[in-house]
This record gives sequence, structure tokens and C-alpha cells, in this order.
Amino acid sequence: MTTERFRRLRRRGDGEAWHAVQLARHQDRPYTLDYLARMCDDFLELHGDRAEGDDAAVVSGIGSFRGQTVAFVGHQKGRDLKQRTYRNFGMPSPEGYRKAMRVFAIAARLGFPVVTLIDTPGAAPGVRAEERGQSGAIARSQLTLMGLRVPVVACVIGEGSSGGALAFGIADRVLMQQNAIYTVISPEGCAAILWKDAGEARRAAAALRPTADACLALGVVDAIVPEPSGGAHRDHAKAAELLGDAIQIELDVLSSIPPPQRRAARRAKFRDMGAFVE
Amino acid sequence: MAENISVDVSRLDGGGPPEPAPRTRNTCPSCNSHYREDEMVANLRVCTNCGHHFPVTARERIVQLADEGSFTEIARSLHSDDPLEFADSKPYPERLRVAERTTGLRDAAIAGSCEIGGTATALVVLDFSFLGGSMGSVVGEKVARAADLAVEQRLPLVSVSASGGARMQEGVLALMQMAKTVSAVDELREAGRPFVSVLVHPTTGGVAASYAALGDLIIAEPGALLSFSGPRVVKQTTGEDLPDDFGLAESNFRHGHVDLIVPRPELRDAVARSLALLTGGQPYRPPVLVGDLDPVGALTRAMSGMRRRISDMNPFRNGDAGDD
Ligand SMILES: [Zn+2]
Repeated sequence: MTTERFRRLRRRGDGEAWHAVQLARHQDRPYTLDYLARMCDDFLELHGDRAEGDDAAVVSGIGSFRGQTVAFVGHQKGRDLKQRTYRNFGMPSPEGYRKAMRVFAIAARLGFPVVTLIDTPGAAPGVRAEERGQSGAIARSQLTLMGLRVPVVACVIGEGSSGGALAFGIADRVLMQQNAIYTVISPEGCAAILWKDAGEARRAAAALRPTADACLALGVVDAIVPEPSGGAHRDHAKAAELLGDAIQIELDVLSSIPPPQRRAARRAKFRDMGAFVE
Repeated sequence: MAENISVDVSRLDGGGPPEPAPRTRNTCPSCNSHYREDEMVANLRVCTNCGHHFPVTARERIVQLADEGSFTEIARSLHSDDPLEFADSKPYPERLRVAERTTGLRDAAIAGSCEIGGTATALVVLDFSFLGGSMGSVVGEKVARAADLAVEQRLPLVSVSASGGARMQEGVLALMQMAKTVSAVDELREAGRPFVSVLVHPTTGGVAASYAALGDLIIAEPGALLSFSGPRVVKQTTGEDLPDDFGLAESNFRHGHVDLIVPRPELRDAVARSLALLTGGQPYRPPVLVGDLDPVGALTRAMSGMRRRISDMNPFRNGDAGDD
């Protein structure tokens, strides 16, 4: 366990966590479709879960990425009010997770690697989402990724919050952009529960330590993807190039591992996460 | 914002005037009947007047489910590290110490092996009284070890979940316990071992959306809140009017998310019967209940009104002849 390294890290100041929260949510930060447009020579978006509908909070499809076909799935936020509403603020419904699972299955059958891009404040809360099986959809999305025969790379590109994010977070290699956050609950949610005041989000962020450095030290992510100076929102093209480079390196390494071994290692990686004393 | 992994376990009050606070923990919150502690134990903590299911600790649940003397605990010494050195109004280790003192547990789960109705099984039970049954590294590890045990000894796995979700004080590592338990279920499935997931009030957030949703068979207790987002969060975030049965076991059944709703007095038999079928064993024959001396039999009769209501939507009971 890398707890010791982590403990040294936390001395680096609490302001850092809040800064990362703000950068991860920056409205000009590139979203999944911004990256796909720049990283893929062609991208065909696939729509619908073949049962109930098409969830605009999730983008999925098949892309041509640096000479090979890759299945992409990611959360999608909107930039203006209309787009935000249309994308439901990047909060997926069960249909979104089921659409993703459909694309994971296509990738497995046809032998394409899977790349997921994580950027969500959480799964959609709501009566319909519950009635359509939000919990089961999130659990099955994880299970589907856990069992895929093909290589899987995930990258947290903005807000990786709660089970709604983790549903796409099961991968052979989990990457995280330098200014992204990965957390069990949003700082506001944590503050509302533990401090009884959502206004204490800054303190909650410091306590939760959702930064890329912290996640790396805790063994939750495997590598940090650099961003252009000042943050990904400053230069989308550069951010996409850096992300593409990182994904390509991982895919190249993973493609040389025999599928049963790769799958066993993926399972073992998550089996080993946590900190306890025996 | 979606605050999905919160410890929001409120039941809906149906819009009526607030219920008076229970006089003691053995006073029924829905009909005000009061029970002595020995009556509660004998009634399996179900109100014999109205059928309300009171919370059950992990230890007592094991007593209710496991064949007498068959339970052996594993991973008993596991306890939480404080990886984030997390503190809100109280440091996390202090919260752990208080929970340890009040519950006598080291964390919110007990894992082990036992027999249920004669079928050997791995078992893991969550305890809501320990920090809301929240899943941190210890709970995640115990669920995974119970699954490991099932794989190694070729047993089925039974889980009984009651949890507000992931344990915030362990940060992103708590989130990863969802993935850990899912990896354990993946291994269980590959080994061809069956998994019965029992969901009791409340099972929400990160537990609802990980291993607990992945049972081959999902059994719920009546009236249990089983949702990803709690009703308070949904109401606050979306402003929606919630149906009276929002997130309850009955609503989940209607929408196809649970196989069976089984009242607690019949839970042991239902699990035993499932295990016998799923492991290809001889069909389980529940012991014949004789006379009023048997507390479960008396309770079952007292609860016949509720059972009729439940049998309408409980396929498990469909071929049962001679009931009521
Ligand atoms: Zn009652």
C-alpha cells in the first residue's frame, strides 16, 4: 500500500484540492466529444440502448484512432444552458449505461479495444432512473468491463464522481488527467452530509483528496496524463494530443498481453484496492 | 448535483403529520405496538401487529439464517486504516472507535461460512448500526473474501446487505470497493458458483450499485428502501413529486429489479430453498411448524394479512398449496 507516500502528499496544502475541483469543472474544459473530434480520424456515434431510449449524457461509438478501430464510451456534458439540459449535466440514466454495455459487447465480439472517458458529477438521480434500474445498470456496466477479453483503458478527463463515474472506470489501465478529480462523492454532497452545510465544500474537497496526485499515490490510477500549461481548457488541441499519446502508449503495451492474462490482471488490480489492517 | 452515495436512508412519510418519535427502539414506528426485547428476538424483529420490519444486526441476522452452530467467521481481525487521515467534526478513527464500542464489531460486516437449511454456503452480512453499514475497505474486503471462500470451497454465496452506500471517510478508496466486490462476483461467476443477494432496509448508493445488484437471485424484505439515490436527494435535486413507494422493495419488484419479496419469518426457508435449487441439491423441505409454542409459526399466522398482500406479487409463493 502506498499510504505513506500519500500521507506525505497531503501536507502540500488544501487549496490544491479545491483548485483541481474548479479546473475539473471548468466550462471550457474539453468534453468527450471535443476529444473524439480531435483524436479520431473518423468517429461513428452509436445511439440507443435497444430497449428504452438514447441517453445524451453518454456518448458511445466506434472510432478510427491512430490507425486502429477503437470503441469509445464517455460521459458528455454540455457547454451552454440548452446543451447542459440536453446532456442532463453529464449525469447518465440507466439507458446510458445500457447503451455503453451494448458498445462494450460489440468491441469484445469484433476484437476492438475499449477506451472510456470519465466526466460526470454522478449518475442521474430521479424517479425514472430508479424505476429503470439505476443501481443494476451501474453494477452491470462494471461487471461487463471487468470481463471483457479486449484491452480496456479508462481516463478521468474532468469530474469523476461516485458510482456514476466508476461504471466506466473498470479498465486494465486507469489514467487521470492532471487537473481531473476522482471522488466517492462530490465535495458539496460530502459537505452537506458531514458538515451539514454544502457551503463547506472547500473543506470537504481537502478532506476527500480527489486530486490526480492523491489518486496515484493511493493506487487508484496508474498514470497521470499531462495537460497544457494552465489546464486543458486553455488548448483543446494540445490536450487531445497529450491524451491521445497516453492512450496509445497503454494500448500498445496491453495488446501484447494474452487476453486471459490481461483479464486476470484487471480483476486482481481492483481486488487489491483498499487500505485495512489485519 | 447528484449526491448518489450519501447516507440518505429516509423513508417517505407519505405527506402525513410526522410520526411521534418511538418511545424505545422496540416500539413499532408504524403502529406504536411495543415489545419486550425477548419478544423482539422471538418475532425476528417483525411487528406482529402490522408487519413492520425492524432493523436486525449482523449477528442476529446470522442467528436467524444459519443452521444452529454452523457459522464460522472469517477475516474477523480486519479493521480500517485511516488512509486519508479524514476528519470532519470528528476524526475518522474516533468515529470508528465509537462505532466499535456501541456495536461490538470491528467494522460494518461479518463474513464466514455456515449451513442454511442443510446447504453449506459462504455468507456475508452487513450491519447498518456500524456507521450506516457504509462500505469502506474492510467491508469491501470481507465481501470479496466471502466470495473467495465460495470459489475455493465450491460453495454458493449469500449476502445480506443493509447500507447507506460507500464510506465517505475513505474517499476514492471507498468508491473502489464497489469495483473490488464486482471483481469478486466476476470470479464467482467464472467459477460457476451461485450467488443469492438479500437486500434489506436500506440498501442504497455504492452497495446497491455493486455486488448487491449482481445476485443470480435477488430477495428483498418487504418495505425496504432499495435505491441508488435516496428519496431526499432525488426530491432536492429534481424537485419531482415522488410516488409513495419510491425506491421501496415493492416498487423494485414491479419494475423487475428483484426476484422475490419475502417477509422475514419466511426468509430463512426462502434462502434455504434457493440454495438447494441453485446448487442442484435435494429440494429443501422446511420443517413443519407445530403448535403455538413455535414463535415463527405464531408470527406467521399473526401476519397473514400482510402475507396475503405480499403473495399477490411474490412468485416464490405461487405454487404454494394450502397456505392460509
Ligand atoms: Zn407495528
